[in-house]
Amino acid sequence: MDGWDFILIVIRVVVIFVMLMITTLLLVWFERKVVADMQDRIGPARAGPWGMLQTLADGMKLFFKEQITPRKVEFGLYIAAPILATIPAFLIFMTVPFGRPFTLNLGGEPREILLQGADLNIGLLFILSMSSIAVYAVVLAGWSSGSKYPLLGGVRATAQAISYEAALGLSVIPVVMYTGSVQLSEIVEFQRANLQFLGNVVPFIPNWNLFLLAPSFVIFFIAAVAETNRAPFDLVEAEQELVGGFHTEYSGLRFALFFLAEYINMFTMSAIAVTLFMGGWSGPTWDGVLPALISGVLPTFWFFAKVVVLLFVYVWLRATLPRLRYDQLMEFGWKRLIPGALAWLMIIAVVLAWRQFGNPWS
Amino acid sequence: MVELILFVVLSTVVIGGALSMILGRNPVYAAMGMLATLFGLAVIYVIQLAHFVAVVQVIVYAGAVMTLFLFVIMFIGVDKAQSLDEGLAWQRPAVLGVVAAILAMVGGLVLSGRWEWITADRVALSGQVIEIPVPPNGTIESIGESLINRWLLPFEATAVLLIIASVGAIVLAFYRPRRLQSVGDDAE
Amino acid sequence: MTVTPDWYMTLAAVLFLIGTIGLLLRNNALMMFMSVELMLNAVNLTFVTAGGAVGNLDGQMAVFFVLVVAAAEVAVGLAIIVSVFRSRSTATVDDLAELKG
Repeated sequence: MDGWDFILIVIRVVVIFVMLMITTLLLVWFERKVVADMQDRIGPARAGPWGMLQTLADGMKLFFKEQITPRKVEFGLYIAAPILATIPAFLIFMTVPFGRPFTLNLGGEPREILLQGADLNIGLLFILSMSSIAVYAVVLAGWSSGSKYPLLGGVRATAQAISYEAALGLSVIPVVMYTGSVQLSEIVEFQRANLQFLGNVVPFIPNWNLFLLAPSFVIFFIAAVAETNRAPFDLVEAEQELVGGFHTEYSGLRFALFFLAEYINMFTMSAIAVTLFMGGWSGPTWDGVLPALISGVLPTFWFFAKVVVLLFVYVWLRATLPRLRYDQLMEFGWKRLIPGALAWLMIIAVVLAWRQFGNPWS
Repeated sequence: MVELILFVVLSTVVIGGALSMILGRNPVYAAMGMLATLFGLAVIYVIQLAHFVAVVQVIVYAGAVMTLFLFVIMFIGVDKAQSLDEGLAWQRPAVLGVVAAILAMVGGLVLSGRWEWITADRVALSGQVIEIPVPPNGTIESIGESLINRWLLPFEATAVLLIIASVGAIVLAFYRPRRLQSVGDDAE
Repeated sequence: MTVTPDWYMTLAAVLFLIGTIGLLLRNNALMMFMSVELMLNAVNLTFVTAGGAVGNLDGQMAVFFVLVVAAAEVAVGLAIIVSVFRSRSTATVDDLAELKG
């Protein structure tokens, strides 16, 4: 571990941080424009070209707003809750690969530089553990605010999050079984080859997990929408029902942190879904034809294109579907998603065991 | 050198969290102290190359067990400072006396130089060439192999245990004590 | 000063001691339960360190099982505490003295 490794780590962390902030800016604008378009209106159109700087303006407004602290709050936890919400949001993205690794000659020896914060050998489990930590921010924010509506919203949001977390974890197990690894870079490598269907190799179609493990993708996506408290599972922060839920008593920069955490979570969950099911950064790069710089940046472009498709689905769900009532939400999570994920897991286990060991009665 | 710094920082976090857990007035702050302890322990597990155990500790202990504790604390409503009076009057002095005795014993041993194995490098002291075993790499593959090949029976037994615990928790949650005198309770 | 496994064992012993003190000094059922969890974590640390010092994976396997059993125990224990609280409206163990005398 010499100086160059250290500098590379610092550069990666800074790049990911800046990338997440810029993506959040663009994501909020994207959502407002798409929802407006689906509702037959224009959306933000005055701040910057096509209204792109609207999020920046909103952020600055929140930054300069007065931070009102009610008297009955538990002050330590009240301050800590927004911080506890943003830290897992940033940390989860550290394990996602967003480009093809390349070699660079630094300090005299060629080093392979990964476009990934940290290639953990337990990458997927780290993601699950950080989403478990993100639950705490909500319940602490609700309890420390010292009034009824935030407490109710906080407890409901926590119950929703831990219910759908089980479905999230169960839905990625078939992916791990099929791919044979928990490391995210190896999962992407697995999906770069051509599709293998019933023992034959199908040309022109990549080996995305989406094709063979489609129910896993559906369950993962629904659970991800519920985990990030987005519509139609956003009862806990609905303005019409709970006066704002767990972030009622927050204003100014602290509210901005919750807002930021929600959008970063949305982006990160889409990025994970792309990495697990849609091949990550893999895509045609035409190595010989294009100059090396362009074909090196092209995988990152494919990654972001796929993530934008999934984010569009997220926003589409918000614009179209009505909100689920709380008991409908819990019933859906416990009685439909978790048994469905378990049944699919057993089917995939039987199929993989058949492939590996042959006929059980032969 | 790096490991020394890490050990000092992590043991401060762990012991600080444990002390704030037993001394905290408010149970929610005690739960947060316990959370800090659990995180510190997870990082210590990573230092000892037990990656899977560290991640499972965060998912299960810090992510699920402590959330359950927080829920019950909020439900029971003990979020006000608890009364400090103690039923058995001699218990507190007795506990503090025993702890002081243990610490005196340990401190005496350390100071008189008999407990050098805490601070000395055992291999260098003994002079002989001891082969220090390489700590095993606790990745998922090796743990999975070990779990299915060698520890299959405890694995299945814990599966049964989890089912029993879930059923037990549900039965306890739905239990309504039947009172023989008043009839109006059965109307629920 | 290199960090030998003995340092981690000492840390685990200190944690166990703190957990025992918490168990003996507190009179709230939930706090006593949390102290028991702290003692279990101290034992987990001992297992991982000992497994690393010996060189095989048995320590980590033991920790895995202790973790599972602790999770199951917490579920049932908290259900019991909630039931007791429902019927008596107290969480102080000193008040649960019906067998006295």
